[in-house]
Amino acid sequence: MTEETMTLEVTRYRPGHDREPRTQSFTVPYRTDWVVLDALNHIKDRIDGTLSYRWSCRMGVCGSCGMMVNGVPKLTCAAFLRDYRPGPIRVEPLANFPVIRDLVIALDDFMEKLRRVKPWIIRAVEKPVSDGEYLQTPAQLDAYKQFSMCINCMLCYAACPVYGLEPAFLGPAAIALAYRYNLDSRDEGYRLREPVLSEAVGVWECTFVGECSVVCPKGVDPAAAIQRSKLAGATDWLLSMIMPWAGRR
Amino acid sequence: MPGDDGYQHDLLVIGGGGAGLRAAIAAAEESNRLSIAVLSKVYPMRSHTVSAEGGTAAVMRENDSLDTHAKDTIFGSDFLADQDVVEVFVKEAPGEVIQLEHWGCPWSRDPDGRVSVRPFGGMTVNRTLYAADKTGFHMLHALFQTSLKYEKITRYDEWFATSLLIEDGKVCGVTALNLHDGQMRPIVAKAVIMCTGGAGRIFPFTTNAAIKTGDGMALAYRAGVALKDMEFVQYHPTGLPGTGILITEAARGEGGHLKNKDGYRYLQDYGLGPPTDTPVHRKMELGPRDILSRCHIQEHQKGRTFDGPYGHYVHLDLRHLGEKLIDKNLPFVRELARNYVGIDPVHEPIPVRPVVHYMMGGISTDITGKTSLNGLYAAGEAACVSINGANRLGSNSLTELLVFGARAGRAAARHALERPALRSNPLAQLASDERRRLDQRFLRADGREKIADIREEMQKALESGCGIYRDRATMEGACQTLRKLRERFAHISLADKDAVFNTELIAALELECTLDVAETVARSALAREESRGSHTRTDFPKRDDARFLKHSLAYQTPDGPRIEYLPVTITRWPPEERKY
Repeated sequence: MTEETMTLEVTRYRPGHDREPRTQSFTVPYRTDWVVLDALNHIKDRIDGTLSYRWSCRMGVCGSCGMMVNGVPKLTCAAFLRDYRPGPIRVEPLANFPVIRDLVIALDDFMEKLRRVKPWIIRAVEKPVSDGEYLQTPAQLDAYKQFSMCINCMLCYAACPVYGLEPAFLGPAAIALAYRYNLDSRDEGYRLREPVLSEAVGVWECTFVGECSVVCPKGVDPAAAIQRSKLAGATDWLLSMIMPWAGRR
Repeated sequence: MPGDDGYQHDLLVIGGGGAGLRAAIAAAEESNRLSIAVLSKVYPMRSHTVSAEGGTAAVMRENDSLDTHAKDTIFGSDFLADQDVVEVFVKEAPGEVIQLEHWGCPWSRDPDGRVSVRPFGGMTVNRTLYAADKTGFHMLHALFQTSLKYEKITRYDEWFATSLLIEDGKVCGVTALNLHDGQMRPIVAKAVIMCTGGAGRIFPFTTNAAIKTGDGMALAYRAGVALKDMEFVQYHPTGLPGTGILITEAARGEGGHLKNKDGYRYLQDYGLGPPTDTPVHRKMELGPRDILSRCHIQEHQKGRTFDGPYGHYVHLDLRHLGEKLIDKNLPFVRELARNYVGIDPVHEPIPVRPVVHYMMGGISTDITGKTSLNGLYAAGEAACVSINGANRLGSNSLTELLVFGARAGRAAARHALERPALRSNPLAQLASDERRRLDQRFLRADGREKIADIREEMQKALESGCGIYRDRATMEGACQTLRKLRERFAHISLADKDAVFNTELIAALELECTLDVAETVARSALAREESRGSHTRTDFPKRDDARFLKHSLAYQTPDGPRIEYLPVTITRWPPEERKY
């Protein structure tokens, strides 16, 4: 009996050698429990050691192995070959990012944006550790929990049409994280994050396509974070017009 | 990334996981005069801390005490933990988890707003804090995001440290390869902290991520520092067959049952009973990991496990917990089981088997994280400080990386403050020497050996020689195979000669590290002629305190590791029989 196989059409790009990306086909054994990442590892170990890509936990939590699979941003450790039969499967680097090599994209832009939204607890006065924990009820936890589940896998940026056209756009994950801290009952940094969020490249750029929430593998729903931040920003603006003396939060 | 003024820092942390980030923040808080760098072969939020699920232990409630946590830890370690270190560990643990709470970690909460605690294996009271079943993920992201506010912390993301720079017996930095351009550079620092995590990838079947290749352990070992207690490798009793993906111990803490193929809760046959409906601390499914993993093998030998395409397995049954509790406290377990074995734990039991999970051993350090090499520190799974002894209790490792990450960060910071500035000129020469060494070894060589072949044979040797049950013959076989693989490694051939993002070169460097670490595991195991904790020998089935109540130290020699011993520190808990 001949072994069943599948074909992967993989984007290759060698800086300094290739003028532009090209496609290379590889035939791999088909296994019902293999994910696309297993197929890439098979290629690297057994067919072509020069193929470059990132991966680590292979259980959907480290966020390293995002790629375009048949044109859709996916974690390749969670994309099963069986869902793409009979193939071929097209594997490309995440869209909207500069490519360093093969399937490896540059993350520098996101890392810079992440820092800009100040994703840490900000307080006017910090409580000493010896005074114990901040109390936070399960309901207060639930208010931001969903937005704390982001694994920074970049699938939402690859799916975002606004980021594709306007790379200065803060983007779904960074905005969702800013929103996560704004919603945290322990945090008092709303005022400090607001200028970053309400710049033209912040939440207002988003046209509410919602693709980011569709592709998110962790159910974070960044689109909701963006829309609700817009609402909060608009309410702030209105309040400042009507009642300029009104403090907020 | 540093500017043109070079790659000079006061303090350099290798590894950006929980221990590394905690160390960097502790150093930044210790003094704002320090230039601190975190170098990691991946972006910090990709580090393997991210995969930890169940929780982190600390005494938080009135029904608990520091002594109870210490006693549980020491008992769990089969009396190989250093008791003075354990006492410091339990004492500093509550402050560390509260600090993390202040930094935004979304701990699960009780109705009154306090952080919740759950039961965990080998612990006598509920003391494991958790963030549902993604505790490591939330801790890592809270630490990473918090670290972004410290301007004194520079990061080298996706750099691989290839060697320690040493002058006059003192560490003065590392040579490191920038994956993005392939350049080798000296990164100068007055103190270096190794926080590179474990080395589960020396085994074929492991919960560990691909990056867990013992790089920091190997670098320290090559620099003459001992690797301590390397024979102690923890098998986690509940991994998914095939992938080895972890199903957290919290599933049992919440009340999950382990059942054999007859649907029988077999742990009651191994002295862990009686079975009860609600979980009882330290009994049945809440027994320690080493014992539960051995029970699985014995159950298999009695022919009472299931057989599948990936070997024997048993059932972890959560159905009686109900959908609501599973979704609240174990959502990731449900997600993993659905995605990777096509099982919904609400309706079906999960197939599980023991899987390599954690290295109790590591770079030998003192209670402050200092190693025997001046200027070198270590913390987290990469280190052996030693609170885990022969068997770690679940949920102590996340706490360990906080407590000893912070301690190492502070100790290294003080060291750096006292040490005069370093001259970096001769070090540039060392970096170009290192680049030449790699080129000659990997890029110009015309070898015939493949990375994947050597890696697979190493993993097979470890599994057959240093698994849950061990004996002299199988361990000697593993040692011989590893020696031969080392010779074959000299003839390795790489297809990738490019400078930019050469992951094949990184894989070769990682393989070299795993070969070093694997040999220390096999040699230390062969030398320990007793059974203690996770190290179980069929030819020496009893614990032997007269000969082996001591730590092993593996030192590198041209002929393989040389094993020496170091006494265990006993303070208030004299060794007794370990019975649950």
